[in-house]
Amino acid sequence: MSADMIQLLSKALGETVYMVVVSMAIATIIGVPLGVLLHTTSKGQILESPALNKVIGAVVNAIRSIPFIILMVAIIPLTRLIVGTAIGTTAAMVPLVLAAIPFIGRLIETSLKEVPYGLVEAAQSMGATPFQIIWHVLLPESMPSIVSQLTTVIITLVGESAMAGAIGGGGLGDLAIRYGYQRFRPDVMIATVIILIILVQLVQFLGNRLAKSLDKK
Amino acid sequence: MIKLNHIEKTYDSPSGPVKALKGIDLEIGRGEIYGIIGLSGAGKSTLIRCINMLERPTKGTVIVDGQDLTAMNETQLRKARKNIGMIFQHFNLLSSATVYDNIAFPLRLAGTPKDEIRRKVEPLLKLVGLESKAGQYPSQLSGGQKQRVGIARALASEPKVLLCDEATSALDPQTTRSILDLIRDINKKLQLTVVVITHEMQVIKEICHKVAVIDGGVIAEQGSVLDIFTNPQQPITKEFISVLLSNELPAAFRGGRVEKTPQPGSYLLVRLTFIGESADDPVLAGMIRRFPAVEVTMLFGNLDQIQSTPFGRMIIGMTGPQDQVDAALAYLREQDLREEVIGYVRRHDTTAE
Repeated sequence: MSADMIQLLSKALGETVYMVVVSMAIATIIGVPLGVLLHTTSKGQILESPALNKVIGAVVNAIRSIPFIILMVAIIPLTRLIVGTAIGTTAAMVPLVLAAIPFIGRLIETSLKEVPYGLVEAAQSMGATPFQIIWHVLLPESMPSIVSQLTTVIITLVGESAMAGAIGGGGLGDLAIRYGYQRFRPDVMIATVIILIILVQLVQFLGNRLAKSLDKK
Repeated sequence: MIKLNHIEKTYDSPSGPVKALKGIDLEIGRGEIYGIIGLSGAGKSTLIRCINMLERPTKGTVIVDGQDLTAMNETQLRKARKNIGMIFQHFNLLSSATVYDNIAFPLRLAGTPKDEIRRKVEPLLKLVGLESKAGQYPSQLSGGQKQRVGIARALASEPKVLLCDEATSALDPQTTRSILDLIRDINKKLQLTVVVITHEMQVIKEICHKVAVIDGGVIAEQGSVLDIFTNPQQPITKEFISVLLSNELPAAFRGGRVEKTPQPGSYLLVRLTFIGESADDPVLAGMIRRFPAVEVTMLFGNLDQIQSTPFGRMIIGMTGPQDQVDAALAYLREQDLREEVIGYVRRHDTTAE
């Protein structure tokens, strides 16, 4: 493999990592509170509010039902509004973030549901506020599960970021399509696939390890 | 210390409203250990949750330490709850926090400075005997140790009331005993008012001063533990007590027909209850000496202690000339003990054991 090729691959890898890391960071900042809201406003929980819960739930479901490749194209005007352009790595992050937020929301909701209600009750009996219950009970108690769920989201984002090549997003997926497929370079195709496999394995391995070290059960 | 005025609690369920509590009046004095016993579904868990307003009663008022909790808003209530510690059947410890951090938890919630937390948590660790476990996580502890952490955590905010919700129901008998001993110690040492919810009469007998029997959302019977034990009125109370105090007749009499009138060769069965000083009196010996014609057999006997008061129970059978048996019974009635005539029962013929 030529030095050119290696340079292309490493640039594409850099773009993929950049897209995934930044989108993941933004989506987590918004998605985790969304998940907390989904859980705590549901029936019998500390901020019970059936109407709000229904509205948020419906919006989350609506976004999640749009296939990523369509979402990407459908929100081009929004992407232009936020980034200024609809083409390029940074532009590709808008649909990535938008798709990841409701996904994270639902997964966090699932994690929080696993915390026994008795713990919430115990905290209430000590005079804890709803915010304290979220911060000191719900989130720490479900942290191992949250880490596992977020690992899944990162891996999904790696896959989705490859599709972002379709709108000129760059990254490994883009490289595989343009060189591997359109220019008949099976070696490039294979190289990108191998890199993606290693990347996903690495993320999963680190995620598992972190989740395990946090789990005191 | 705690006053419940006509508490009602109704839940909405798909099949219509369910009345869990139907008007409960209860008064618990400062420093008392008050037991509330009932079968599952009797409403006892709902009742104890009404005391710290984890469940808001549908009707009625809850007054703790002179404050009407039912009239408070959420912010006032959170402050008031710091006066009321609570421990749970399943401990409800934070699995992600160490023993030390679990005990420190209510103090952290209250924004207590770090060094003050240390000053408070360390004696608590010592009080519950877990100094060496401070850095361990709940998953590394036994059930009894977990409940000790629960107790220390409940005491951290220096409450005046401790609510125990089936605190020993998930523990084995030996551990139960040690946890009950700890609760009794704390009650004495800290002058804490303790409310104990349980379905085990043993727990009531071990530590409680007073008891209320709750059945179907109402209080069936209440009073001092000694009174309830020695003179239960309601069938539900008798049932709870019978678990602890065996009332079985010996095989030779069991299943025989109990007659109201004497039959040839039948024994008059009498249940005797001795309370306090009278447990030491030689009542039976006196009776036997006075009525030598009456043959007395002892069918069941047991001496127990409730709140350090001796409490003896006995079932005797008497047979002989009818006038002598009647006179012996009359003699027993004059003595300082409680007697209850079961009836005349004949020995089985098939008792060649």
